[in-house]
Amino acid sequence: MSGEALTEAPARPAQWEIARLLLRSSAFLVGLAIVLFWVFCSLFGAEIAPQDPYNTDLLSQLAPPSADHWFGTDALGRDMFSRVIVGARDILTVAPLATLIGVAGGAMLGLVTGYFGGVVDNIVGRLIDAVLALPLLIVALMALVALGPSNGAVILAIGLSFTPIVARTVRSAVLAERELDYVAAARLRGESALHVMGVEILPNILGPIFVELTVRLGYAIFTVATLSFLGVGLQPPSPDWGLAISENYGLIGGGFWWTVLFDAFAIMSLVVAVNLVADGLQTALDA
Amino acid sequence: MTLALLSVLVFAGGQLLPGDVGRAVLGPLADARAVAVLDHQLGVDRPLPVQYWEWISRFVVGDMGMSYIYRAPVAPFVASALVNSLKLAAVAFVIVVPLAIAGGVTAALNVGRWLDRVITLTGLSATVVPEFVSGIVLILVFGVWLNVFPITAASPPGAGLLTQIYYLILPSAPLVLVLFGYIARMARAGTVTALEADYTRTAVLKGLPYPTVIWRHVLRNALLPTIAVIATQAGYLIGGLIVVETLFHYQGVGGLIYGAAKSHDFPMLEAGILTVGTIYVFSSLAADLLSVRLNPLLRFGARS
Repeated sequence: MSGEALTEAPARPAQWEIARLLLRSSAFLVGLAIVLFWVFCSLFGAEIAPQDPYNTDLLSQLAPPSADHWFGTDALGRDMFSRVIVGARDILTVAPLATLIGVAGGAMLGLVTGYFGGVVDNIVGRLIDAVLALPLLIVALMALVALGPSNGAVILAIGLSFTPIVARTVRSAVLAERELDYVAAARLRGESALHVMGVEILPNILGPIFVELTVRLGYAIFTVATLSFLGVGLQPPSPDWGLAISENYGLIGGGFWWTVLFDAFAIMSLVVAVNLVADGLQTALDA
Repeated sequence: MTLALLSVLVFAGGQLLPGDVGRAVLGPLADARAVAVLDHQLGVDRPLPVQYWEWISRFVVGDMGMSYIYRAPVAPFVASALVNSLKLAAVAFVIVVPLAIAGGVTAALNVGRWLDRVITLTGLSATVVPEFVSGIVLILVFGVWLNVFPITAASPPGAGLLTQIYYLILPSAPLVLVLFGYIARMARAGTVTALEADYTRTAVLKGLPYPTVIWRHVLRNALLPTIAVIATQAGYLIGGLIVVETLFHYQGVGGLIYGAAKSHDFPMLEAGILTVGTIYVFSSLAADLLSVRLNPLLRFGARS
């Protein structure tokens, strides 16, 4: 997708073309359906869950799946089916918020460094290189040990560690746009740097930013789940899937497979679906 | 340069961890004077730049300091953890590299057909599932139900090489799954580009047999970017190791960083993270050098 084509072609048909491509991609549609299903569960999970996901029942601990408990019960006798349904809520709150922070921060940083270049670009670029030399998980882990685990800290830790990665993508998009005639024209009109960045360049790089948003959401879900599994993410008594696996995986040697398997499938379906949507979007925008 | 900055960041990050070091080691009931004495002994009551200089100047000559928790030099812990992690990573790489390249090339040779779609979708799905999720399913299926693999990674003491590898196959599987998608995707993209290139058309038109064209003209050019991607995945791998080593109770560098972070053992944490960062920076460098070595265009300083 070249900037030139964007400035010449009228905007409306291009968007229709993208929508048409998306609706023809079965992988995208399947992904979207699964994502919407989990969004529905996270919004109305408490209403549709057959039982209270927090209610402990010491008389039916670790019951295998049955008509009463479709997915069985955990070590405290809590209904796994209800916990899997309601478990969508926390991760689908924390991960999107972290993604928003990361993409918004990264887009601003990328705009500024790409537009001004020079010393600012050099210094920030070096810092970004250093941060990127550490795996995302380690950065988030250190931040969470420092801040103490809470939903706010998880959002902040993941959001901030996304910022440099997004900044790098946005920066290269800005570098390509900066040399185009419309930017030079805006400068000659005497527009301020803020105006050129926000009103002229930003609308033209929304495509890559949007792709970045969906791709990062996939990574955010991956990371939130992993941090919860490591015990520094979402905290009990949340029915979060990653946390449930971390609480129960010691039991699988004893054959209590239902305490982890359904949560594992839930995480799998959500991350794969989000990435199908991201992939479909990327393909449609590149076409 | 990147390494120097990284060391400052790691050090600063370590300082961000809350709590008095002496207090963390001695516990909440210890006498305030004892805490102060220990702080002084450990040197954590001095100005931060002094501490940083002392730490980094020793670090570059291999002295990583003393663990607060174990009261013993950090280096042996890091070294043995690193060896364990390298074993695990080596098993994962040996399995995934041929598999993923074969998968990517097969997809590219069938581009647009159902086999391509199946491989691409499998790769995409395998890559995005968190390691602990695929790990738990693999443990259930192969460890508990089929009972063909042990569910811990550490082999019995004194086990031979084959036994050690046998114990590491299941733990390496989640890493293999994640890496498969990345490498296969690169191999596919490289092969597709090479198949469409003019030199391939020329080779076909001058009547070379199809396998010769694929082996000599397509694959040689296609796998260059793939090699670079493989080397950069070393950084990812460390993050993945934290999870896999926790899940399979394995004493590696990921587990070491995780444990040190949880118990606020700064020298151990900083040594672990800086080691990881160093390995990552050097493997990226190695990847760059390898690409130059393999690409005649870059080797002779030409610009495309």
